[in-house]
Amino acid sequence: MNYIFIFLILISFICAIINGTMAEVVDAILKSSQKAVEIALSLIGIMAFWLGMVNIAKKSGLMDFFSNIIKKPLLKIFPDLKENNEAISNIALNISANALGLMNAATPFGIKAMENMQEKNQNKEHATNSMCTFLAINTAGFQIVPAVVIAILSANGMENPSQIIIPTLIVTTIAFISALFFSKILERMFK
Amino acid sequence: MINFLNSLSVYILPFIIAIILIHALYKKTPAYEEFTIGAKEGFNIAIKIIPYLIAIMVCTAVLRASGAIEMAQNLLSPILNFFKIPIETTIIMLTRSLSGSATLGVLADIINQTGVNSYATKLAAVITGSSETTFYVASVYFGAIGIKKFRHALLAGILADIVGLIAAVWVCSVFFL
Repeated sequence: MNYIFIFLILISFICAIINGTMAEVVDAILKSSQKAVEIALSLIGIMAFWLGMVNIAKKSGLMDFFSNIIKKPLLKIFPDLKENNEAISNIALNISANALGLMNAATPFGIKAMENMQEKNQNKEHATNSMCTFLAINTAGFQIVPAVVIAILSANGMENPSQIIIPTLIVTTIAFISALFFSKILERMFK
Repeated sequence: MINFLNSLSVYILPFIIAIILIHALYKKTPAYEEFTIGAKEGFNIAIKIIPYLIAIMVCTAVLRASGAIEMAQNLLSPILNFFKIPIETTIIMLTRSLSGSATLGVLADIINQTGVNSYATKLAAVITGSSETTFYVASVYFGAIGIKKFRHALLAGILADIVGLIAAVWVCSVFFL
């Protein structure tokens, strides 16, 4: 991560010198740091709401019930979460919310799942295998209906925007499976 | 079909909320108190991810502003022509993993440039719908719990993005060309 950070910024400066776009780059630094804070703050409301709901489900025992149903298949993907029921059910909720295109609901479940995994983590700054697998499948962005994209296409007057659903589903499934595959292969190389 | 799925997705969240509340009522869980206890965490998480989010978003914004993406686009154009990939869609391929809001902007651009029923638009739409902003997701999820060593997580995500792009080009050429 350190190298990616340094490399991306330095390469941008070099390109900015070549292209004469240094003024835009300086402007981008100011604007994007502002934007980052705005995004984080705008998450507070929906995050608090879902974490509140999750806490009710946790205390009433609904989470345990849900995790027992979903546990078996998920444990194949996340073998080190055998003793971590809460993480399993939050992962399941995150994946289902993502699949349904409910991004706002998916993020709090995902963060909660990460926290559950972090509780059992020995080295708090070092990601575990399950964390990496979970992150990789989240970045693959599996979803059944790409609602936002379809909204944009139909707003611009495409005759039949639902024609992209099947191709998108095929592609996102391939990306999801390869994210799983790569994280399993690579976890042995990165200790 | 699409209308059915859209209206279905409107009912999913209320359905989940209702199930949670009815179960709490049945188990006599103090729902209001537990809700407020859980909701408190929302603030901490949002504050905790700010530094990570700034680092990632400044990186990607600077990269885009510097014109590096356009330079890469020029380098790649011979390869793209060979695979019949419209030149307009290169930007979306290069920015998809970096920035979500930029991707939607680029998609709108492509629609403006090539028309909403063009092959470029369809390919760009499939790419946008089938992937997620890898760098953003990584900074939010790992930032929230303070992970600093990402190990292979980003690499696996980016490799999967690349496989996804290749798949998108292939699937779209089968469906739409």
